[in-house]
Amino acid sequence: MNKQKQTLKLLRKDGFQTLLASLLCILGGLFIGYLVLLMIEPSGAAEAIKAVVQNFWRYPNQKLQMKYLGQTLVRTAPLLMCALSVLFAYKVGMFNIGAAGQYVAGACACLYAALKWNLPWYLCILIAMAAGALLGALSGLLKTACNVNVVISGIMLNWIALYMTNLILIQVKNPSSPYTKLVRGTNPSALLPSLGLEKLFSNEKSVTIAIPLAVIMALVVWVVLNKTKFGYELKATGLNYNAAKYCGMRENRNIILTMMISGALAGMGASLLYLTGIEEWETTISSVPLMGFNGIAVAFLGGLSPIGSILSAFFIQHITSGGGNVDLQFYCSQISSLIASLIIFMCAFVAFFKFFMQEKIRKHDEKLSAAQAAAAEEGGGKE
Amino acid sequence: MTLLIQYTLLFASVLLLVALGGCFSERSGIINIGLEGIMVIGALGGALCMKFMPVSLGAPVVIITTLLVSAAAGMIFSLLLAVAAINFKADQTITGTAMNMLATAAATVAVKAMNTAMSGGNDVSSEIAYTSTREMFMIRIGGFTMNWFMVVAVAVLIISWVVLYKTRFGLRLMACGEHPQAADSVGINVYKMRYAGVLISGALGGLGGIVYITAGVNAWKFENGVAGFGFLALAVMIFGAWQPGKIALAALLFGFFRALGNVYTGFDLLMALNVPSVVYNMLPYIISLVVLAFTSRKSRAPKAEGIPYDKGSR
Repeated sequence: MNKQKQTLKLLRKDGFQTLLASLLCILGGLFIGYLVLLMIEPSGAAEAIKAVVQNFWRYPNQKLQMKYLGQTLVRTAPLLMCALSVLFAYKVGMFNIGAAGQYVAGACACLYAALKWNLPWYLCILIAMAAGALLGALSGLLKTACNVNVVISGIMLNWIALYMTNLILIQVKNPSSPYTKLVRGTNPSALLPSLGLEKLFSNEKSVTIAIPLAVIMALVVWVVLNKTKFGYELKATGLNYNAAKYCGMRENRNIILTMMISGALAGMGASLLYLTGIEEWETTISSVPLMGFNGIAVAFLGGLSPIGSILSAFFIQHITSGGGNVDLQFYCSQISSLIASLIIFMCAFVAFFKFFMQEKIRKHDEKLSAAQAAAAEEGGGKE
Repeated sequence: MTLLIQYTLLFASVLLLVALGGCFSERSGIINIGLEGIMVIGALGGALCMKFMPVSLGAPVVIITTLLVSAAAGMIFSLLLAVAAINFKADQTITGTAMNMLATAAATVAVKAMNTAMSGGNDVSSEIAYTSTREMFMIRIGGFTMNWFMVVAVAVLIISWVVLYKTRFGLRLMACGEHPQAADSVGINVYKMRYAGVLISGALGGLGGIVYITAGVNAWKFENGVAGFGFLALAVMIFGAWQPGKIALAALLFGFFRALGNVYTGFDLLMALNVPSVVYNMLPYIISLVVLAFTSRKSRAPKAEGIPYDKGSR
């Protein structure tokens, strides 16, 4: 009886319900992904889904495992930043699908600053944040001044940012390939310092302070949203624009500011990837990088909480990296993108799932209290 | 010059079809951000049709089957939105975004798997070629190449106008997007109407998809999706104030700017400007932002769009 009460108490908690819903989304996504693999080629499907879920654990010795764990973490940091960008705007009632473009703008700015102006890493990060913030502010301004839907303006700006970036980064391109010059070779001072962190990960060079920095930013976002007056005002604006205005909050300023912060987070995310030297920008790329869109998946899977996003960012990156390990004779690595998109699709049902659980608990309570009332009445009759 | 007109009409018919689809969905009260994804799936269905149907079947059979399959594929995919948004009252923006990502990923996985299996592992691209059947869709009048899809687009435009404004169904559909409670109170089944709206948008989006990928090329790489065209169509719909006639004009305008990117090399004047080609690629997106900035102030969006209908609420 006592044990049952404890589980009920746990089930009542909002955070626990979110966690349960997220786990359900993950299982559902993996299951459908497995079905797709089965349809393509039944014999290797089990092995392939194992490869996706295992990622770095596949490697036989610990040294290699740590190396690939390090690489996964390096890519988790920018993903987490994109998720923070999406969730920060979402808390203020805006769906920042433009995070992908703000991420691209950040990549453009930090690489240009690093390769053309030879600036040190901290300035490159700041410039990347400024570029993202600028793009975000544009979206916010279009919303407040001209009533343009943030989703539509975000998408348009994504493409504009992509083409602009290709145009600008051609100037710092490697003459013999479509990629930008190596940061490591051209301007080592722009590489993020590692402070010895790489030793933990079998000397994987791309492991830098980007990883702890992203986690710190998650905590900062949590504090700003939940523990400050500023965050409270932003959330109030998101919940009811007119009420916020009536209470004397500067609602338009809040919206633009939110989009700026959101953009800065995404822009910083890009600098945390490109300043580690793990990859270069391809100046002929013709589609917006998935990082920003995956940020949406991460934010919703993490229950729109900065702390939850840390876990979900790692998970999504884990399976994305794992997708590279599937047997390419039958399958392709995009199976991970498929699973990630299935997970977001299911996240749309989280609200329904929680509602369903609360209904169940409410019915249970009603039954319990009715039984108690009946018992009390019976007891009363005896006296 | 003829080339410019030709491409303008082609891209305008894509935008027209997809924007009209969006119009049906939004008029019924469901925001359809997933149009981009619906286009990809429709394009996939149509492309497979065109790849595997033998030329000997004759043009009418091939054309009609391709159109039907594209529309059906788009419709089936749009069910994802309908079920989530109407039955489960899910957030329409998230659902639509997920559909866009899902469509590109699913199409890539499917086409790659097919190519890999058919070539025994030599061809792992995400490309479908449809050179021979694409010819059947062309109508040549002198030096001007037309396309059966343009005819379809015009027909759809006329039908949409009639359906929306002149039939009981259309007026009821619009009522569900403006004030679903009022519609329900006079005996209209709001859920059914919204299903109809979303499914029509799926069919038209799917058609738009196949028109887009066959517009200028003989093969399509599905990894690229449809390059934001679904969103451009949404901009066209907003600029067209959710009305078929105005949407058609808006589609022509946007189609023109998109076409410019394809054919600007044919104009000495534009070549003399020496603008990088990337700028022409950006043009439709920039124009749409500017246009939206000027026209969104007095938005005539359906009043109840984006709000899940709940019978119990007032």
